[in-house]
Amino acid sequence: MHELSIASAILDAVRSEAEKRPGAHVTKVGVRIGALSGVEPEALSFGFSVLVQGTDLEPLALVIEPVPRRQRCPACDFTFEVTEDSLACPRCGSGETVLAGGEELDLAYLEVED
Amino acid sequence: MDRIPLEKKVLSENDRIAARLRESFREHGILCVNIISSPGSGKTSLLERTLERFPKGTRVAVLTGDIQTDNDARRLARFGFPAKQITTGGTCHLDALRVERALVDWPLENLDLLIIENVGNLVCPSSYDLGEAAKIVMLSVAEGEDKPLKYPSIFAKSELLVLNKIDLLPYVSFDMTRAREYARSIHPGMEILEVSCTTGQGLDQWIQWLEKRQQAADLHG
Repeated sequence: MHELSIASAILDAVRSEAEKRPGAHVTKVGVRIGALSGVEPEALSFGFSVLVQGTDLEPLALVIEPVPRRQRCPACDFTFEVTEDSLACPRCGSGETVLAGGEELDLAYLEVED
Repeated sequence: MDRIPLEKKVLSENDRIAARLRESFREHGILCVNIISSPGSGKTSLLERTLERFPKGTRVAVLTGDIQTDNDARRLARFGFPAKQITTGGTCHLDALRVERALVDWPLENLDLLIIENVGNLVCPSSYDLGEAAKIVMLSVAEGEDKPLKYPSIFAKSELLVLNKIDLLPYVSFDMTRAREYARSIHPGMEILEVSCTTGQGLDQWIQWLEKRQQAADLHG
């Protein structure tokens, strides 16, 4: 359960951005969480709400955009989203595909009101 | 209402320190590996069996992470190589800053190999880059063979899977063929070694794997 540390890192980033915009109020923060990031969105939301509660950032919404795992097939140079259990290339059938995404743990955007 | 794009990593601070560590390891020609498993899979036993095989004067050091106690560092220090405990005090993973702080009084020019034993946990350590050249995931046959399916993140990110406690195979229901299939279904091309830290089976291959990777690190250093 490291989602509390992740939530805390998100809030640090929100605060440092907010300092650059005096007078503005941050209402929403958007993050992208990859399927392989090791972060559980529900636990992150919970940790985030606990940390925001009772602070000057309240009410601040966390919007999580889940990102699927992606694989690249070196044989036919095709990148695809993994939707089922199989990592085989849907174009040429090769089983030798390599990880090409899904590890995202990114801050995407902030929404602010003046 | 304004939307401000940020486009940076949540753990950018950790990643920045990890990149600094990686560069420093590269400059010094050090191979750094980060071993991750559930509690009790045998990480410390593997390190004991590894260190006892190294001749005196081998330029190796070990960092070992735990929530509490310095039991592991004490177990490992008796082999005569530098071993340091990182006690996280409740945190379920090591991060790059803790590693950097632990290394502050170790002269890196005296090292060829740095082995980091992460906190026993298959989830959280997978999110934190420690500047290692390779993550190694360990699974013992006393656990379920479907662990790769349950914890895909760490199996996808690890270069090598070490299957430990194979001396127990006659007594447990672990399906080795399935375990290997599951691991490769998550990570095609994953290297897999089968070892027993009790009987010593497979440890030669493990040491060879380390040596091969160490030589590669040296060439780049």
